[in-house]
Amino acid sequence: MADKIKKAARHTSQNEGLIFEKSAPGKRGFELPPADVPAVDVRAALGSDYARADIEGFPEVSEIEVIRHFTRLSTWNYAIDLGMYPLGSCTMKYNPRVNEHIARLEGLATEHPYQPQLLAQGCLKILFTLQKCLLEITGMDAATLQPAAGAQGELTGLLLIRAYLESQGNPRKKVLVPDSAHGTNPATAVIAGYEVENIRSDARGQIDVEQLRKIVNEDVAALMVTNPSTLGIFEQRIAEVSEILHARGAQLYMDGANMNALAGVAQPGRFGVDVMHLNLHKTFSTPHGGGGPGAGPVLVKKHLEPFLPVPVLVEKNGQLSLEPVRPQSIGRVRAFGGNFGVLVRALAYTLAYGPGIRQATEDAVLNANYIRKNLEGVFDLPYASPSMHEVVFSDNRQKKQGVNTMDIAKRLIDYGFHPYTTAFPLIVPGAMMIEPTESESKEECNLFIDAMRSIAEEAATQPDLVKTAPHSTRVGRLDEVAAARKPVLRWKPKASSESAG
Amino acid sequence: MLEAIGARSIDELFASIPEALRLKQPLDLPGPLSEAELIQYFRERATENSLGYTSFLGAGIYNHLRSVVTDTILLRGEFLTSYTPYQAEISQGTLQAIFEFQTLIAELTGQDVANASMWDGSTATTEAVLMAERLTRRRRVLVARSVHPEYRQVLATYARNIDLQIDEIGFTSSGQIDLEALGASIHNEIGAVLVQSPNFFGVLEPVPRIAQIARGAEALTIVAIAEGVSLGAVQPPAEADIVALETQSFGIAPSFGGPYAGVIATREKYVRQMPGRLAGQTVDAQGRRGFCLTLATREQHIRRERATSNICTNQALCALAATVHLCLLGKQGLREMAEQNIAKAQFALAELEKLPGVRRLFEGPVFNEFVVQFPRSVRMINAQLLRDKIIGPLPLGANYPKLTKCGLVCVTETTRREHIERLADAVRETLAVPV
Repeated sequence: MADKIKKAARHTSQNEGLIFEKSAPGKRGFELPPADVPAVDVRAALGSDYARADIEGFPEVSEIEVIRHFTRLSTWNYAIDLGMYPLGSCTMKYNPRVNEHIARLEGLATEHPYQPQLLAQGCLKILFTLQKCLLEITGMDAATLQPAAGAQGELTGLLLIRAYLESQGNPRKKVLVPDSAHGTNPATAVIAGYEVENIRSDARGQIDVEQLRKIVNEDVAALMVTNPSTLGIFEQRIAEVSEILHARGAQLYMDGANMNALAGVAQPGRFGVDVMHLNLHKTFSTPHGGGGPGAGPVLVKKHLEPFLPVPVLVEKNGQLSLEPVRPQSIGRVRAFGGNFGVLVRALAYTLAYGPGIRQATEDAVLNANYIRKNLEGVFDLPYASPSMHEVVFSDNRQKKQGVNTMDIAKRLIDYGFHPYTTAFPLIVPGAMMIEPTESESKEECNLFIDAMRSIAEEAATQPDLVKTAPHSTRVGRLDEVAAARKPVLRWKPKASSESAG
Repeated sequence: MLEAIGARSIDELFASIPEALRLKQPLDLPGPLSEAELIQYFRERATENSLGYTSFLGAGIYNHLRSVVTDTILLRGEFLTSYTPYQAEISQGTLQAIFEFQTLIAELTGQDVANASMWDGSTATTEAVLMAERLTRRRRVLVARSVHPEYRQVLATYARNIDLQIDEIGFTSSGQIDLEALGASIHNEIGAVLVQSPNFFGVLEPVPRIAQIARGAEALTIVAIAEGVSLGAVQPPAEADIVALETQSFGIAPSFGGPYAGVIATREKYVRQMPGRLAGQTVDAQGRRGFCLTLATREQHIRRERATSNICTNQALCALAATVHLCLLGKQGLREMAEQNIAKAQFALAELEKLPGVRRLFEGPVFNEFVVQFPRSVRMINAQLLRDKIIGPLPLGANYPKLTKCGLVCVTETTRREHIERLADAVRETLAVPV
């Protein structure tokens, strides 16, 4: 079986304890220049009530120890830089290195949002240009770049809807969320002060329009729809959905998490979408960084513009400025205007492609369909509707052999790939959600397909091999139940942990 | 590949999008730009900013020394280009680093536990208030007016729609929260008291006394910290129930407002109401130590509308920067950095107080920021300072109408003595010119 694993081989990785376990008194990894003003006694300067003693347990290590520590840890990670990362709905595409260089430029990384706006025109121009690009890509009318991530974009969008409906006389009570939606959608609706009503998908994996027609009434503030859905399927009746909502005074929110299927091909502004967010750490290639940072710009139609968060970026006579007061604004959602460094990278990505961004979309959809075609018949495809940028299989067949989606995902690790998304969307039991993105070559896609086929064969012939995978990692499957039952969330110095019991 | 799929053209793959919704023409976007052109474009933008100016701005964003080692680690693709570590077996690097981050933050703040990061200090503070509301089931909060105005604005945005009432408590001539007013306002319907320390004026708040007053009404104490370096020399808010910390000061560039990393630290007994991701220690089947994300039943991807927060993507890479930076500085380095900040602030205060009509406004203890009252408008002074390539104190009048002619001055270990002397000279010259 080992010869079927083409992409990965075992290699030695270094053991490494916690940084705290390497600490020894007196070591340090960074020297400050000597002070050029008279030293002060902290107790005298602050008062003894405010002065702190040593920080117990804080590490003391040398520079090379820090470098080795984190370099060793890094080698225990999988990454896009090591190969295909087919996590569905996460859009793990290549993160161009030039964008890292740009975001660190002196004059950009060094700037403070409170400096005079005349001395920040470069930063504001970057934001303004990015806004214009995102409006063109989405076909919307106005934007805010403030939200720190997709979930905050969702919140901002719902607050905009709420403020708009309030201005019409009634904020309404409910937000409709399809059963295929990301968990952030219902969680966000609650924070925006709404009740959540889940709606079912139809047999094609799309919104059940007839059911929707019955549900939408004067209590419904909005429907949150991801398009393409988390099944990777385009909501074909989106325009009709929009009409149903609008006829009853409700709004259409689009979760733009899957914009990688649409950029350059179709503009949500033409679907009847009132407000949407983008995940710049997905479609616009800003690095995921092990979980963040991201950015979640929100784009709206004209009628929602007066409610955008302050400050609002405006251009007057060739000068850009941030307007701090807008009477109908929902307020501020984050201090200091947003994750600027992420926005810089997103603009660099957009400028690198220009109108050619369509090519990226086409390649992403091509790769997903190529994988679908080659794995159809090997894995169960619960929805036959055409796939866009991602494809969702299920473990239906393999389950009969006692092997589930998580087992297959873990076995993929041995083949040198990161797992696909498991157990999501919730409407597909045993989901296997695969999104290759445009970054992968045909060769890498073929390696992945071979790996998946080989695992399917193993599931039939040696199910235990799959069920106990991964076999090539530093640690095997971890006891997550124990981790949650008796949480150990930090290291503690020996003496104090013993005395604490 | 099209042939393998059985499609005649790439357009066929988009056939599921109704014809009327498909774009007929290319997008009107600038570009494409090659690598060299991209760098050129952004370098030009950089020159339109404040290169060559000396700044005395802080107010929640601090310019501290950053080692190139931190960036060297951040640029490792294994950290930079990995996803949230849900698949623990091939994410042990990120997971162990998060576990170390959580430990460092708990040690710094004097709390039991910390999470894996929040979006920034302002949203961490807001989430801390929402957490207190869940813990106490009380819907009223007292907030010190000396908390960063933008933090309070973010809180107001979140509170408006969920029936959370916020009342503000003023400050005294010390620049600290008015303890008498706090004592008079607290009662058993108040869920939490929120202060910032060092506060927006740079003044340290008497956290033990605030916590004592809150405890009297069984309310929780939340301490926001925007300047993390202070924790190298200032007593940590161990009496607080929840701490919301902005970690930007730990190796993260100002970058015009972000990305940074916020973090929430709290007592062990409150952990199940804490928002955000958590890494925990566990073992595999062979008993080897490993780390995984844990207590996920608090989170949106499991609990959906009943989650503690909607946060998903956090600020992991910024938290890693803080982790590496803090390990480099270590116990002694962080203390030395904090002491240098205190020394610079004392020096700058003394230099500015020598000027005619210029005085320190608040007598409370300060870390690296302080409020100075000038004999004339700060905006007028700043306009003059710009001619000397100095970005002067932040005018406070817009957010605190009573503090006209007052400016917030920030100095750190990166502010050289000659910068401070130049500022004092320039202010002296400005004031010498009659209005």
